Amino acid sequence: MTLALLLLIPLLAGLLMFVPGAWPRRGLLVATALAHLCLSCLTLRAVGNAEAPTALFGLLRPDALGVVFLMLASILFTAASVYAVGYLREEEKKHVKRDLQKGQLFTNAPETRFLSCLCFFVAAMTLVTTTANLGALWVGIEITTLASAPLIYFHRHQSSMEATWKYLMICSVGIALALLGNILMTVAFHNPAAPSAEGMDQLSAFMEKAREVQGTGRALWLKAAFIFLLVGYGTKMGLAPLHTWLPDAHSQAPSMVSGMLSGALLNCALLGILRGHQIMRAASLGDFSGGLLVFFGLFSMVTAAVFIVGQGHYKRLLAYSSVEHMGILALAFGVGGGALFGGMLHAVCHSLTKCMLFLVAGNILTRYHTLSSYDVRGLRQDMPLSGALWTAGFLAIVGSPPFGLFLSEFTILKGIFAHDGLGVALVYLAALAVIFVGMSIPVLRMAQGTPPHDVPMDYHESLFSVLPPAVLCLMVLCLGLYVPDWLTETLNRAAALLGA
Amino acid sequence: MYSLFQFVILLLLVTDLIMLWSGRILMLIRLSALQGALLAALLLLPVDGALNAELVLLSIAVFCLKGVGFPVFLRHVCHKLGLEPVVRPRLGRMYPMAGGLVCLAFSLWLEGRIPAAEGLFPPMLFPVALTTLFCGLILVVGRAKALAQVIGYLVVENGIFLLGIPLMTEGSVWFELSILLDVFAAIFVMAIAINHINSAFDSIDVARFRNLRD
Repeated sequence: MTLALLLLIPLLAGLLMFVPGAWPRRGLLVATALAHLCLSCLTLRAVGNAEAPTALFGLLRPDALGVVFLMLASILFTAASVYAVGYLREEEKKHVKRDLQKGQLFTNAPETRFLSCLCFFVAAMTLVTTTANLGALWVGIEITTLASAPLIYFHRHQSSMEATWKYLMICSVGIALALLGNILMTVAFHNPAAPSAEGMDQLSAFMEKAREVQGTGRALWLKAAFIFLLVGYGTKMGLAPLHTWLPDAHSQAPSMVSGMLSGALLNCALLGILRGHQIMRAASLGDFSGGLLVFFGLFSMVTAAVFIVGQGHYKRLLAYSSVEHMGILALAFGVGGGALFGGMLHAVCHSLTKCMLFLVAGNILTRYHTLSSYDVRGLRQDMPLSGALWTAGFLAIVGSPPFGLFLSEFTILKGIFAHDGLGVALVYLAALAVIFVGMSIPVLRMAQGTPPHDVPMDYHESLFSVLPPAVLCLMVLCLGLYVPDWLTETLNRAAALLGA
Repeated sequence: MYSLFQFVILLLLVTDLIMLWSGRILMLIRLSALQGALLAALLLLPVDGALNAELVLLSIAVFCLKGVGFPVFLRHVCHKLGLEPVVRPRLGRMYPMAGGLVCLAFSLWLEGRIPAAEGLFPPMLFPVALTTLFCGLILVVGRAKALAQVIGYLVVENGIFLLGIPLMTEGSVWFELSILLDVFAAIFVMAIAINHINSAFDSIDVARFRNLRD
């Protein structure tokens, strides 16, 4: 029942948003987020107690890996919902809205549609993270694209339209290729003598059949299937060189949407790849899939480093940082062994930190009306809370102690060394060093100095805009100082599914 | 039945190549409708002769959506926005056509290299499905009009659908229907987006997208 409600509550809330009349839709959004968070916690506890919950005729059957990403999506949805209340209130007050790039007048999309799409977006991510059926996972990821496209186009101007179209086309075609990967996987496991009867739990069925594929010609189909899954879901995950939509969409979407795209949606696409990797490992083809993940991981890190250096647009800077961190995750899961736990911890810490940074970026944008890091000065004085969070978020995202990402990146490095990957470790460290320097220049330039004189003085930071990023920041800080036993156990169980 | 199946597959291949050559938006829409109808027909011509009620239902759904629904909807968008009938290919006509033929040759070569499960794919299905997918990608990349890119996406999806036909068992039809529903939603959202592109840019030419660069 809990599981079914987890999917149905955001779905129903999304439909309810369309009920006409003036009623507190923002309140419903926050209530939905809180209910979703409670149900996610219950699901996490059930999975932690090895209860193997199922719902909707076996369609929903979360495991430790999926439930970690479910919790992250739920936490970020709650943070984004609270932030959205303040954000939408501010948007309502603005009578004249101008595009920052061209200065053209624009309007916002109807709030009803925005809130409804946000709920559908979360429902789709819930399906992705709780299902063991690869087809349903694909359908869920496709729905996330369709539900989030209107969110990116909330501010109706040319730049956001351009970003939305690129996102729609690139991700839709990419996900279509992932569907091809699903079909090729079915071909690999096709046995005319024993017709398929895997039911809803396709993942377990495929892993069971994977042993039969070893050493046969069908292994070639399985390899082809994984390549298409990697390219397809990798497009959505933002792995270079398939990441071209990501900086545009993240920079043009409202900040809480950017936070959810970066912190929750990219994880969902990663989950699609990890499901393929699980099957490849079961077929003793883990070296092949792992090698590809390592290659794309390093390539993404290097690409991100190139674009981060000299990046003047602070939301694009955060977007390229997401490409970097998706690269780190792909690398960790590709290396395997001890790096797997580091990878899981990294996914948790990155999601929390990146969402927090995007929310703070939203505060800065509201105050300064510019996306250029050159035009923002003196955040420490002008916006004491957001300025402090911006600096703390920067330190966290580049992997400085005492934040959780330091721990996860260090664990991944240990895993790489344990795997005798000296060359990989060198590229990893070099990319991290370049990114550290590349990010520190614009971020510190924004935090220090004196505020520009043309910025209006009548500004105060509202609770809605500061509380969600502050809570997320506190969580990342705590994870750097102490990882609770229950979380360690859950992450270990998730890592074990990937072969730790 | 078998030769009819082959004939329909070859017709699909011909539509792929004409699409790469065609420079008119209405022609592209008509050809995508024809592809939808051909895919629906293929579902009624199972090579092992086992036709069941679920396959018939799926065939009807494919015909209604891909053969009639999408083309009528796209044509409506085209008329509503008063679009120019000619689609200017970014890469001209020769390069996409040559690309399509190279993809066909590659797919034929690949079919001989990968050992498929015995009797799973009827002859020519695998290379034509792969060529259809590649042709769709060429349309997405090679056309500047947003509507032509949507048709390219549909062609990509048609290629994948064709590849999945031999794997359709009774239990998998619900999944195929949910994919169809997803594609329907995708086309719907893309059409709305095209409407907004036209309002924002006074054109649906995506070559004008130059605002977002590093």
